Amino acid sequence: MTNMSDSLTNNAQRQERDNARSGPRRAGWLKKKPSPYALMVLPALILFFSFHTLPVLQGVFFSFTNYRGFGEWDFVGFQNYINIFQDGRVYNAYGFTFQFAIVSTVLVNIISLIIALGLNAKIKFHKTLRAVYFMPNILSILIVGFIFNFIFAVFIPGIAETIGLTSLTTSILGSRDLAWVAVVIMAVWQAAAFNTILYLAGLATIDRDLYEASSLDGANKWQEFWKITFPLIAPFFTINMVLAMKNFLMVFDHVVAMTGGGPGRATQSISLLIYEDGFAGGQFALQSANAVIYFIIIVVISVFQIRILQKREVQM
Amino acid sequence: MGRTRYNWPVTILLILGSVFILFPLYITVVNAFKTPAETADSILALPASFTFENFIRAIEMTNFFNALGNSFYVTIFTVIFTVLSNSLVAYAIARNMHRKRYKFLFYYFVSAMFVPFPIIMLPIVNQMSTIGLMNLNGLVLLYIVYGLAFNVFLYTGYIKTIPKELEEAAIVDGCSRWGVFWRIIFPILSPINATVAILTALWAWNDFLLPLVILGDRQDHTLPLVQYVFQSQFGTNYNLAFASYLMALLPMILLYLFLQRWIISGVTQGAIK
Repeated sequence: MTNMSDSLTNNAQRQERDNARSGPRRAGWLKKKPSPYALMVLPALILFFSFHTLPVLQGVFFSFTNYRGFGEWDFVGFQNYINIFQDGRVYNAYGFTFQFAIVSTVLVNIISLIIALGLNAKIKFHKTLRAVYFMPNILSILIVGFIFNFIFAVFIPGIAETIGLTSLTTSILGSRDLAWVAVVIMAVWQAAAFNTILYLAGLATIDRDLYEASSLDGANKWQEFWKITFPLIAPFFTINMVLAMKNFLMVFDHVVAMTGGGPGRATQSISLLIYEDGFAGGQFALQSANAVIYFIIIVVISVFQIRILQKREVQM
Repeated sequence: MGRTRYNWPVTILLILGSVFILFPLYITVVNAFKTPAETADSILALPASFTFENFIRAIEMTNFFNALGNSFYVTIFTVIFTVLSNSLVAYAIARNMHRKRYKFLFYYFVSAMFVPFPIIMLPIVNQMSTIGLMNLNGLVLLYIVYGLAFNVFLYTGYIKTIPKELEEAAIVDGCSRWGVFWRIIFPILSPINATVAILTALWAWNDFLLPLVILGDRQDHTLPLVQYVFQSQFGTNYNLAFASYLMALLPMILLYLFLQRWIISGVTQGAIK
């Protein structure tokens, strides 16, 4: 006679055995009572497929049609992809987005590394200063963008006029050549907070004894940074570069709030182009093709960055 | 070691730098209380008197409390259901990573982190409109589902470090797999639950693009969306605009003042995993 706990043990063991086993017995998976693990993941799997994967597949599918977002459509083969490469607006959007993303990524990483080094030093008001430097991360990018829009459109020209600096009396937001600089400044202001915190976490992992040893060896601060600090936080440098680049390539809120993509289309990012022309412009299919290319580019760049930067980490 | 000697030059440089960080907020606060004439006189000066005129007008104009309620609704329900559901999914995956099916599922969810939203944006709007979910509940659903990509990654890393012995003992004592998760694992996950909750709250509260494409009805608009919609109507009445921005930013700033230690460590935990 088996008592209660024994039979449960057997059940549990049998279940574990079933779980561990794969192969022919697995075919009966659906006929049997489904395992609790399967029930835990199934709803999520269905929802994720329906609301994430399915739209992606639809996007890819419609990129080979002439769909306008409604009504009838036909297959057009690679026509949209050919059109994309002949479209001046698309080149313009890629040009702005990459210029913006590269400059912002570099600036954000330099600035946040400097701030993190400062915050990691033996400073007074450490907690307060850290809290202040992190604050931009919690604010809505859109609203911060509106505030910076005011600073660039009204405040700076006003100040320039008072002190007689004629070159800055007109807002740079109105300049085709310089509007992107204003977007970069705002983006760096907002994004440096997150990267600073990451670098700070990296710096906290460094053993302080290493610095004592190096100062005994007569290394100066500059050598100390390049020979000890930087190699040790290299993994954090990698994450920061990849995350910052990926986020900046998707820039949307910043541009909407600061310039609306203007003047003309001077600061229209790829996301904004897909949004504007895809919805209101009736170019569902063309912009789907654009989004597919954009997707491939983001994946390639992220993988490329991780490869290159990790190789460097190993060398150091 | 004796008394700590502070590095004063660095402290002073950091204080000077923090002026740059606080400057946009300073402009927002002082001008929210000023009249247009005062702002025209000087943008930087403190207001002559603290009038709440701008706030009252902004509240009426933008239907502020409605938007505030919508933002709270979306954020609270997104956070609760994300923590409850994403942790459960990650638990099932983490405990079965040796099986192909679950390993595939893990990479399936996590690889979605590389998919830029614009490729989903156009089809999802058609889809949500077909099934009648162009509203706050639809928005909450999308946040919970899209959160899986990053949260499964975060949770599985943590769950793997929890020893299995505890669970097996409970199973032997007659506890079901579900009981094991809710009674034993979920409470142990508290630190990572907090991290996920904080990151999710920041995302849902501040997000602009998803509400912009999903929320059709004006009554459903969230705080950032309202600022966008009213931007043209504020026109050159910057004081009214600043009052509205300040009210939209304030809930998160207040939360940050009280919980900054947890928010900073939560975001850090999420990022270095």
